[in-house]
Amino acid sequence: MLEVKELHAYYGRSHILQGVNLKVARGEIVSLLGRNGVGRSTTCMTIMGLVPPHGSILYKGEEMAGLKPHQVARKGIGFVPEDRWIFPGLTVLQNLQLGQKRKKQAGRWTIDDVFKIFPRLGERSNVHGGLISGGEKQMLTICRTLMGDPDFIMIDEPTEGLAPQMVKQVGDLIEEIAGRGISVLLVEQKLSIALKISKRLYIMGHGKIVFEGTPNDIKNDQTIRKEWLEV
Amino acid sequence: MLEYVLFSLLNSLVLGMLLFMLSSGLTLIFSMMGVLNFAHASFYMLGAYFGYQISTWVGFWPALVIAPLLVGGLGALVERYGLRSLHKYGHVAELLFTVGLFYIIEESVNLIWGRNAVMYPIPKILDFPVFKLLGADVSAYRMFMLLISMGMFVGLYLVLTRTRIGLIIQAALTHPEGVNALGHNVPAVFMLVFGGGSALAGLAGVIGGIFLITEPAMAATLGPIVFVVIVVGGMGSLTGAFVASLLLAAIQTFAVGIEYSLTDLFALFGWRVDATGFFRDIWRIQLSHTGPILPYLFMVLMLMFRPKGLMGKRES
Ligand SMILES: Nc1ncnc2c1ncn2[C@@H]1O[C@H](COP(=O)(O)OP(=O)(O)O)[C@@H](O)[C@H]1O
Ligand SMILES: [Mg+2]
Repeated sequence: MLEVKELHAYYGRSHILQGVNLKVARGEIVSLLGRNGVGRSTTCMTIMGLVPPHGSILYKGEEMAGLKPHQVARKGIGFVPEDRWIFPGLTVLQNLQLGQKRKKQAGRWTIDDVFKIFPRLGERSNVHGGLISGGEKQMLTICRTLMGDPDFIMIDEPTEGLAPQMVKQVGDLIEEIAGRGISVLLVEQKLSIALKISKRLYIMGHGKIVFEGTPNDIKNDQTIRKEWLEV
Repeated sequence: MLEYVLFSLLNSLVLGMLLFMLSSGLTLIFSMMGVLNFAHASFYMLGAYFGYQISTWVGFWPALVIAPLLVGGLGALVERYGLRSLHKYGHVAELLFTVGLFYIIEESVNLIWGRNAVMYPIPKILDFPVFKLLGADVSAYRMFMLLISMGMFVGLYLVLTRTRIGLIIQAALTHPEGVNALGHNVPAVFMLVFGGGSALAGLAGVIGGIFLITEPAMAATLGPIVFVVIVVGGMGSLTGAFVASLLLAAIQTFAVGIEYSLTDLFALFGWRVDATGFFRDIWRIQLSHTGPILPYLFMVLMLMFRPKGLMGKRES
């Protein structure tokens, strides 16, 4: 589905991504782990075209490097940013509607679906995005991207700052997403839900992938955890 | 006195709505693209000159439609081929570009239409008094300006709140990358907003050029006021721009007619000031003469005490 090869990216003069390689297969949940500041968000932004890519990003066999963000999105890649980017002046419902690429886009997800999974968002559908709670914002930003019916979705630190009960809900939603045949790249800092739901994991350190394996590989390898994950 | 107040209120409203036609576009462009467009009032001037020129050829009514469209098209081209290619060099480059554009437009107008004001008269059909306000005539043209600017206000409101493109514009005011990543062509939206904002400024020029004056200095005269409006209203806030437009227009209109000086003010309280000596000129300044500096004074005070403006969202 997605194959990233020798991806480099820069912010001004600083060389942030220094040759990232990773793959995500159809319907697979893959996690990208690492400490703060190693370049996980930059990897997502670069795949999305929000940061200029140097290297190759093959999606369904097609080169994405060089496309504009909206073109990448229209190929079927979805992105849920770490900063959520909720539109504060628009209502919850309008935020969801803007997730659709066209008016009344038909896809795997409908607004009714979203309100069924998260009744709380339904109750607040006419409330401005700037006024809802952090947990609600996180649900809204994921669901908004789903409204665009992506085949592959990158979710950047969805559990950051959430209460344990919300963290579990996010985990369930991600499994539901994969259950509908969508490939997921989950970016996390902690192992919490990543170990439970992903099939494979990558660990990033200083702009490169430093480890690749299954949840069991990580569980059994204390040195890797010490060196690249635990603080 | 009542007559004076009513008349000034009407004039403030006409001028304020005209200011809003300029400030609404400028504030939208600023909050969406981060570009403070110095040449925004130049599009107003182009609207006036195009309106004047087209009027002499085919009459005022076609000019009212064609001139804003031409100015809007020009604005879109400026965004597409100028600002967009400069974007990667940062906001300073973009700002300098618009400053340059301001002078290019001013000098071009000088070259084509000359340095003096052109005769851009009120269209005959609107050149009559519609009603009398406490004995004084109110011209139909003034009412017509009010009608056009109110129409534009309602139209802008409906587009921004009721249409999908309006929602996309609103969303892009805070998170353009986010809107882009959802699959919306944000560069095209930028061009549209820049073109639309320019067209509104052009429309203001077509009707305002008749009301005020059509001369090469008109951009330099009005530009700073529009700038003050968006700072006072709060960068990026349309409601703020609206309130500030009316407020500044009122301040200017009323100040012009008030022939009081500090000496008179103190006299009210029964104090007598010795209006001779070194400071005598200060005591004798009449409020009407301070009209031109009042908006800037207002802006400086606003920046000192409430930097985000009346309704602004950002602190910095
Ligand atoms: N907009 C930016 N401008 C400059 N440097 C940035 C920017 N965003 C991130 N960085 C730098 O890039 C590096 C990687 O950041 P990021 O991709 O956000 O890491 P992560 O998501 O893994 O925490 C960090 O050193 C960060 O300081
Ligand atoms: Mg990050």
